[in-house]
Amino acid sequence: MPDEYAVYARGLVRRYGAKTALAGVDFEVKTGSVTAILGPNGAGKTTAVRILTTLSEADEGEATVAGFNVRTHPHEVRRRIGLAAQDATVDPLLTGRENLVMLGELYQMGRGEAKSRAAELLTEFSLDDAADRKVAGYSGGMRRRLDLAATLVAHPSVLFLDEPTTGLDPRARNELWGVLATLVERGTSVLLTTQYLEEAERLADEIIVIDHGRIIARGDARQLKREIGGDHVHVVVVDPARLNDAAVTLSEVTGAHAVIEAATRAVIAPAADGVQTIVRAAQALGAAGIAVEDLSLRQPTLDEVFLELTGQPANADDAGVPAGGR
Amino acid sequence: MTDTTISRPTATVRTEPYRSRGLLHDTWVIARRGLTHLVRQPEQLTDATIQPVMFVLLFAYVFGGAIAVPGGGEYREFLMGGIFAQTVVFTAFGVALSLATDRKNQAIDRFRSLPIARGAVLGGHALTNLLKSMLPIVLMSLCGLAIGWRIHSSIADAILGYALLLGFSFAMIWVGILLGSVIATPEGVTGTGFVVLFPLTFMASTFVPTRTMPGLLRVVAEWNPVTTLSDAARILFGNPNTPVVPEDPWSIQHPIAYSVIWIVAIIVISAPLAVRAYEKSLAK
Repeated sequence: MPDEYAVYARGLVRRYGAKTALAGVDFEVKTGSVTAILGPNGAGKTTAVRILTTLSEADEGEATVAGFNVRTHPHEVRRRIGLAAQDATVDPLLTGRENLVMLGELYQMGRGEAKSRAAELLTEFSLDDAADRKVAGYSGGMRRRLDLAATLVAHPSVLFLDEPTTGLDPRARNELWGVLATLVERGTSVLLTTQYLEEAERLADEIIVIDHGRIIARGDARQLKREIGGDHVHVVVVDPARLNDAAVTLSEVTGAHAVIEAATRAVIAPAADGVQTIVRAAQALGAAGIAVEDLSLRQPTLDEVFLELTGQPANADDAGVPAGGR
Repeated sequence: MTDTTISRPTATVRTEPYRSRGLLHDTWVIARRGLTHLVRQPEQLTDATIQPVMFVLLFAYVFGGAIAVPGGGEYREFLMGGIFAQTVVFTAFGVALSLATDRKNQAIDRFRSLPIARGAVLGGHALTNLLKSMLPIVLMSLCGLAIGWRIHSSIADAILGYALLLGFSFAMIWVGILLGSVIATPEGVTGTGFVVLFPLTFMASTFVPTRTMPGLLRVVAEWNPVTTLSDAARILFGNPNTPVVPEDPWSIQHPIAYSVIWIVAIIVISAPLAVRAYEKSLAK
């Protein structure tokens, strides 16, 4: 596959003992575009990133990154990628500047060039003030920014960002999204993994939804939203016994399949017409004499996406990845 | 949020990656990081600074009066060779600990995603620890001089003595890499390392002559390389040592040669095992 694809993977399988972390997935990142792998913990996201960044080998399947096969030419791949692992792996005992200079040298730059590149990145990522302080004293957000800067040291043609905002508070996450958006504008090819639909939607050209090592949906944000219904009408009934009636009513109103979430006494269905759907749902529920505690229009959460796509909530059982093996 | 927006792209995407600078360059960059770690975490250096000095002082003053050196001579001078040997054996600790820590906090994964020479990560750890192992040897020498230890041999012998100690250090580094790769956590390394290495350094002529030890223990001690390393250091520094008698085993009769054989054997056996264990520990 010529230069059209920065990442091109076919039939990737990876097993850990009896567990299958990746059950044969195909995906690609077009050169200069951003692809997000969206899925819950244990879906196989990190496993995929580890294979593509040469840290781990696939049991089956082939992958090409920046034009080189990851199995046969790992060194060539490493020369052309940047990786930000799930936990920011910048060195806490070194200063921000020392981290970047060291990585520059390990990317085989001369010391002088590594130093000037580090200074450039520290300024770009607004880390000038903290540049000569130990990373151990950085905030979570600063550490992530440094980690992102670190991936860019050698001008990589493909970037891998494994859950770049996991563990950050909403404010730091928002900040980082701004940084990532700018990064993406530069035309670097990016593969990012995330648990947040909002993050994928905001940053990615294409979204691949995976669960238990399988791809269960893919497309751009609009296509996916169509598939999973975009906005949802979310009804909480007063009497759990009437959940079924509510589901039937909602299905009639929306013309789609309504899902019952018994634990929260909720019924969820796609709201194709937005607020209009809410109005009609309210009227229909009233006419059917179903007492309602709450009625709202919602963006689907990742849980709801999974509910829709798999009929099961996104679960946190770490099916794919062994302890400590991320 | 204005403080975190990054500026407009200045550099375009570089198309050609950088040319490789080779194993030595990469090893040195990683070793330099390790040395910076040592300087920034002085509390992690106690095994190389306070501990050996403490042993010198404790044994010299607490046990010193009670232990007689067969063949005569000052116990303090006898002691130094043993403590040098013990400290050198403990080199394995530091390596195992730093390796296990790097694996735990994923520094090794980051290194492996970089275009560095194969072997540079282990090479860097080995080099850092070889340099680190010189620190306690220097400190103990100074401490020894302060309490009355002297080198009575020729300069050539003394240099050979220090070289032998460093050689054993280098061998123990591979044992450390093996330990650090086989044992999953830094905590486990500390526990296991202590249980394995500590008795090894006591069932030897480190602090007392082996001649007073009962039956089997004496045999173990006589063939224990820590004994011969201690004896070799004593001989090369011209310090008092238990006089050798014809009934003594070959190891005791030829402590320098026997120590060198161990250095070579440890490296030949444990280096490939260590590299394999290390690579296996990464194959996830």
